[in-house]
Amino acid sequence: MLLTLKRAFRYRGAAAIVAILVAISPLFVYAALNFGSSSLYGMVSATPAYAEEAAQAEAPAQEEGQDGAVEAEDPNMWKPLPAPKLETKDYPIVAGINSRLAVWFAAQLHLFFAAFVLGVPIFVWVIEFIGVVTKDPRYDNMAHEFMKVSMTGFSLAASFGGLLSILLVVLYPGFMQYMVGVFGKVMVIYALMFFAESFFVYTYYYGWDKMAEGGLKKLHLFLGLGLNSSGMVLMVLSNSWASFMMAPSGIDDAGVFLGDSWAAIAGHLWNPLNLHRFIANIAYGGSLTAAYAAFKFLTTDSKEDRAHYDWMGYTSFVIAMVGLLPLPFAGYWLTKEVYDYSQQMGITLMGGVFAWLFILQAVLIGAIFLSANYYLWCSLGRAEASKRFYYMIQPLGVVIVIAFLMWFTPHTLIMTSKELTQIGDAHHPLLGYFGVMAAKNTAVNTLILSTFLSFQLFRRANIRPTGDGFWAQYGTTIQVALYIAAETNIISLGIWSYFIPANVRIGLSVPQVSSTAVVLILSTIIDTLIFKKSADIGEFKWGHMPIRSQYTLFMLAVSFTWLMGLMGYCRSAIRQHWHVYTVLRDNSVNAFTPTLPFAAWMVTAIVLVFMALVFFMFWMPILAAKKKEAKKSKVAGGDLHGVIGATAGE
Amino acid sequence: MKILKPILIIAVGYLLLKVGIPFVGSKLHPGTWPVVPTSVLKMYMFFVVAGTLLFSTFSEDGYAGIVGPVADIYTNPKKGLLRFVSIMIVGSLGAYVAYQYVKPTFDAPVELRSIHPAPPSTVKMWGKSYSLQTLKNPLRADKANFAKNVEEGGIVFFQNCFFCHGDRMLGKGPFYQGFNPMPANFVDVGTIAQLTESFVFWRIGTGGPGLPSEATPWLSAMPIWHHLLSEEQIWKVILFLYDYTGHSPRVTAAQAH
Repeated sequence: MLLTLKRAFRYRGAAAIVAILVAISPLFVYAALNFGSSSLYGMVSATPAYAEEAAQAEAPAQEEGQDGAVEAEDPNMWKPLPAPKLETKDYPIVAGINSRLAVWFAAQLHLFFAAFVLGVPIFVWVIEFIGVVTKDPRYDNMAHEFMKVSMTGFSLAASFGGLLSILLVVLYPGFMQYMVGVFGKVMVIYALMFFAESFFVYTYYYGWDKMAEGGLKKLHLFLGLGLNSSGMVLMVLSNSWASFMMAPSGIDDAGVFLGDSWAAIAGHLWNPLNLHRFIANIAYGGSLTAAYAAFKFLTTDSKEDRAHYDWMGYTSFVIAMVGLLPLPFAGYWLTKEVYDYSQQMGITLMGGVFAWLFILQAVLIGAIFLSANYYLWCSLGRAEASKRFYYMIQPLGVVIVIAFLMWFTPHTLIMTSKELTQIGDAHHPLLGYFGVMAAKNTAVNTLILSTFLSFQLFRRANIRPTGDGFWAQYGTTIQVALYIAAETNIISLGIWSYFIPANVRIGLSVPQVSSTAVVLILSTIIDTLIFKKSADIGEFKWGHMPIRSQYTLFMLAVSFTWLMGLMGYCRSAIRQHWHVYTVLRDNSVNAFTPTLPFAAWMVTAIVLVFMALVFFMFWMPILAAKKKEAKKSKVAGGDLHGVIGATAGE
Repeated sequence: MKILKPILIIAVGYLLLKVGIPFVGSKLHPGTWPVVPTSVLKMYMFFVVAGTLLFSTFSEDGYAGIVGPVADIYTNPKKGLLRFVSIMIVGSLGAYVAYQYVKPTFDAPVELRSIHPAPPSTVKMWGKSYSLQTLKNPLRADKANFAKNVEEGGIVFFQNCFFCHGDRMLGKGPFYQGFNPMPANFVDVGTIAQLTESFVFWRIGTGGPGLPSEATPWLSAMPIWHHLLSEEQIWKVILFLYDYTGHSPRVTAAQAH
């Protein structure tokens, strides 16, 4: 008894310590960032080549001012320098490698894996928590399996991250020297955070079975929280470098770092980027684990396994969708902030040279919505009673296709001279209305609502409200009214927005999104109330899914990956010939914007390499399970003496 | 025959795009036949076909109803003639598409235009440098003389711009048919309605030759107006453009502060 108490106290104490550490970790980061301007500068004080030029250029000015302040400065102390004027010779060419392509390749692969391993632990933790609350071991097993899949991803993310760092230092030394001058402290903290993440990820994963019950389970949950917190810190710190390159802050007009790391981090685009990546990571993690489940579903012969992986695929799919639904709006906010920061970057992105990549983006997002709906429609097949909803699928499909066509209609139409003459105008009298944001917002909200309706139909597949309670009687009617009101509001606002100023028009996206959000939230609540008093009508069979439905899960993962690659390129490339926008110019031989087909092919090639690595990642846990199985059967088949003998003989 | 339903839906979709849209468009713009450009039509049709196949095959019955007859043609030994005919049709269709791609044509090549090329951060005109990110129309704040400035802008417009952009700002002035690309239609929601005044100032001031390289091969015939007009005249004509069309200029955060 005493031992149990002692153990419980110890675990609770350990849990409390971890909890406190997790809670105060942001304070550590903040304190470190504000820990005097000189404390960490010493670590990054290697004098870059351009510093000498800058010092020489500044020398006459210092001679003129013979006051005490200048004389008091220690000439050996490192001090922030203006952005260098790099020349072609400042960019080493190593072994004939194209520097930009090499960095592009490594950065994109690093980001794919990083997004995956940052996203998965978020929902793993939530699923584990649900398992603890509901005491249903299936959730715990599934969360554990998700983590198992992502473990190889951690190694690959770190490997490509290391490759990227080395490539940047070797191929872009001038740029890196400048970045280190601004973000030296932040980079050191970033590196230290890896230790925290490694600690949490290994204890979380390898301690899963050991910490399965009681106080230990709580400790395990705290470790998961620590893993997610450290991952989040890593993400927002590295985001600050990307957002600084687009919208520099914390520096003067010449690019001289003003000494406040927080000001350099919290630039104009930092938070929009943080939010967008955070949500996208969850959606991306969900889509890849759904692909894993589909892979396992297709490769197993066991009925039980098929049911398990069907359920796993469905859960992953829902996670991906929950992440996807708010994603267009987070992206919209990011783009709006880009435009607000720089009209030039905003127009380059949406109206200029990259506008056609946005058409590709729209096509891929539409493809994701189409696949998602198809998966949900196929999911109805799990319940015989769902046949009563089949009549709704065709009109729903027509609405989705029409909304999708509006969604990707280009603003700039490619026309032959004959077509131009037939149209009689540079703008099409009908399609021209679909090319602007007013139509896009209407279309995407309609797509989201339609997808949610498909989801709700699936949830009702074998359920019918019973009894004479209010929600059982009127719940569905209220839900239908909500859908009609929301869609009417979305379409009306969409039409109205053609007649009002651009600034007000942009603001109208908020009530449109709110209409969608109201339906999503209220309808889910009403569903819960209805389900409390409802009866199963017929059997629901996990695993009863057609093979073709699983390929939509693969398509989902590939579309997400492609989308991330294309849009990541867009975000980065709108800086055009600047390493750091308007501050540090790219004067390498690669300081040009590649053609759109080249960029698309490059991204496609990276996606193919990534998908090959993903299958390797899926295969690793299977390989480990096979070895375990073989070992088990060996032990079960022979006697202990034989096993010892076999081991000794190795 | 369940397979007929999706075929019918696809055929209706094609007719709507091929005939329906131009028909409605011709009622809006009499004297034109606004076809859906082939580049867009192909994308539309791809997703009409894909979408129709998806919502027709989600159930096992639907899937069997569509895949079954096709599989039957290609596997049933008794349907040799039908198989032969279908292979001939598919093959001929492929040959037709391939021929359309490779046949010689005298049409001008289709080129991607960038209607709103990105502006530079700064622009030099009249020996001065303007930051386009923060530049505002100085005359907009002058509420007392607003009507007078708009009227003067109108005079500048009709003396200089009307010949291409037209009296109703629809891009259809007396000379418009001589240009490719056509003059901008300012009434359209996709032009000045979504641009800042600084962008319009830059476009008018530097004209076609001031376009950045990304805008090529868009050979705009717009003159370099800052060689011919004063800064004040250009700001006035911008006031007139927005006032006449009823659009409001976009304002960036930097311009708002």
